[in-house]
Amino acid sequence: MKFLEYKAKEIFARYGIPIPRGVTASRPDDVVDPPLPCMVKAQVLVGGRGKAGGIKPADSLDEARSVAGQILGMDIHGYRVKQVYLEERLDIGRELYVGLTIDRSAREPLFMASGKGGIDIEAVPHDQIYMEHIPAVIGIQPYVLRSLLKELALPKELGDQVGSVVRNAYDLFRKEDAELVEINPLVVTKDGRVVAGDAKLVIDDNAEYRHPEYANLDQDRTPLEQEAHDKGITFIQLDGDIGVIANGAGLTMATLDILSLKGGKGGTFLDLGGTDDPAKVKQAFELLIKANPSVILLNIFGGITKADTVALGVKQALEEMHAKIPVVARIKGVNEAQAKEMLRSIGTHPAETVEEAAELAVKVKSGGA
Amino acid sequence: MIDFGTKVVAGVTPGKGGSKVEGVPVFESVREAVHRRRANASIIFVPAPYAKDAAIEAIEGGIKLVVIITERVPFHDCLDLMPYARSRGCTVIGPNCPGLASPGQAKMGIMPNLLFKEGDAGVISRSGTLTYEIVNAMTQAGFGQTTCIGIGGDPIIGTSMVDALGMFQKDRKTKRIVVVGEIGGTAEEEAADFIKRRVTKPVVAYVAGRTAPPGKRMGHAGAIIQGNRGTAESKVKAFEVAGVPVAEYPVGVPKLLAAT
Repeated sequence: MKFLEYKAKEIFARYGIPIPRGVTASRPDDVVDPPLPCMVKAQVLVGGRGKAGGIKPADSLDEARSVAGQILGMDIHGYRVKQVYLEERLDIGRELYVGLTIDRSAREPLFMASGKGGIDIEAVPHDQIYMEHIPAVIGIQPYVLRSLLKELALPKELGDQVGSVVRNAYDLFRKEDAELVEINPLVVTKDGRVVAGDAKLVIDDNAEYRHPEYANLDQDRTPLEQEAHDKGITFIQLDGDIGVIANGAGLTMATLDILSLKGGKGGTFLDLGGTDDPAKVKQAFELLIKANPSVILLNIFGGITKADTVALGVKQALEEMHAKIPVVARIKGVNEAQAKEMLRSIGTHPAETVEEAAELAVKVKSGGA
Repeated sequence: MIDFGTKVVAGVTPGKGGSKVEGVPVFESVREAVHRRRANASIIFVPAPYAKDAAIEAIEGGIKLVVIITERVPFHDCLDLMPYARSRGCTVIGPNCPGLASPGQAKMGIMPNLLFKEGDAGVISRSGTLTYEIVNAMTQAGFGQTTCIGIGGDPIIGTSMVDALGMFQKDRKTKRIVVVGEIGGTAEEEAADFIKRRVTKPVVAYVAGRTAPPGKRMGHAGAIIQGNRGTAESKVKAFEVAGVPVAEYPVGVPKLLAAT
């Protein structure tokens, strides 16, 4: 789960991380009492909004309304701005970087900090980033904070404030099942306050059941992707026109790759996963039909998933939705013969291998089969 | 698993102790199963919210090999579990994996039995059904397997690609190695580096997700291109630099093996 800046800051505040005062607005008229002078910030789940013109200053209520009006509805890297956040303008003295993420290779949380905040951390030279692995069962120890203050050459009173932000951020990282907590910049104001200038927060989808309060947050999904998510189906819309459905994430990715090698372009990534329930297959196939591909390419290599279970679900979905979309089916596994017979009876194009199926899908699409 | 030759000595399901499944006695706790039936490995199927608990119970019960099939285990549970297991001298495989199979010996997993054939190739894979596809093609082309390890599709897993490569390098029966990778993370880049330095046996690879868009999780929690990191291109290049040929198609793997 990704969080918009204002939502992430709400959670930051709950953990005692200082944030600037701010209000949200979905229409210019919603702007009533912004903390002036303010910054008007587009709320989108994508980086680079500043350069795209999504962050602008305003000094009066009228100006705040008019700037909000300019930013609302803007398209930022493919994301429409539905909300703006009007935030107290900080008198910036210094910009730091603080981040917590998961180091997959080390299997440990990784703490990062830098005196060069306010720019993309990827652009900061490695020797200017302080990095420390934090063993999850141990937690952040005082020495980490001592080293940090030395690395960033912070005076004592600032050091205490930054240390407290880091401790609270780590507390949030663990308790909220975060994949990423990033404060960039962590602003040191001219009057010596330490405040989170921006907030990035990503929470592990696998831990959604532990955080039901975030279940309804607007994510960057198409309406069909949202429907799939609600039904527990792994489904991503892509920009091609051939609907790909397979079982297993790796196999689905490989099927898309093979399709591309054969000159086609996948329009969906639909991972059926392991299931022995025709109703679930039917549900998944219905989604695929709704995505309206020109051809459907089905690739099943059964293990837990039985071939005839899939065939039955496909048959039911096609019949109930009266879908006329041609289907190329490659199906392998338990009860393969019955599955192939059932699929043949509803007029699908059979294929023995994925490569053959991909070629056939491309041919069918261009009317050649 | 029993058909494959695995000696399944006990099951553990709290509340079902005393019953039998397929002639195998079920116990209330892992400790009991270890004590009464001398179980020395454990395969976990429990739902994600309880997987960490089950794994720790197995480790504390004295088990030294734990395979976690369960998918959608929270990352932070794995952050707790993996270093802890290591500190107890326990090898964890998974989570979110099809398990492992050594044809002619035993299987701790959910892969279909018919795919496998005894042979001299070791297989390491982040995926489930894609592995079936590749192992099937290998078997048909006459390349049997020593062991096939599905290491799992999650970002934090107990046995990494590098760990598994190290084991196959040591294994006397394994003469060649197949690595099946995918987008996301840097496991393949680290594996390529390790192969260059430490692996003397021939290795071939396949990488899934060449057409995957950035920023989207492609089914596996670990399969995501973040910024310009974790792309298939970078992985293929790393393998090629390490002298590991990469197949374009899954069925291309046996052809590459034929050249080893």
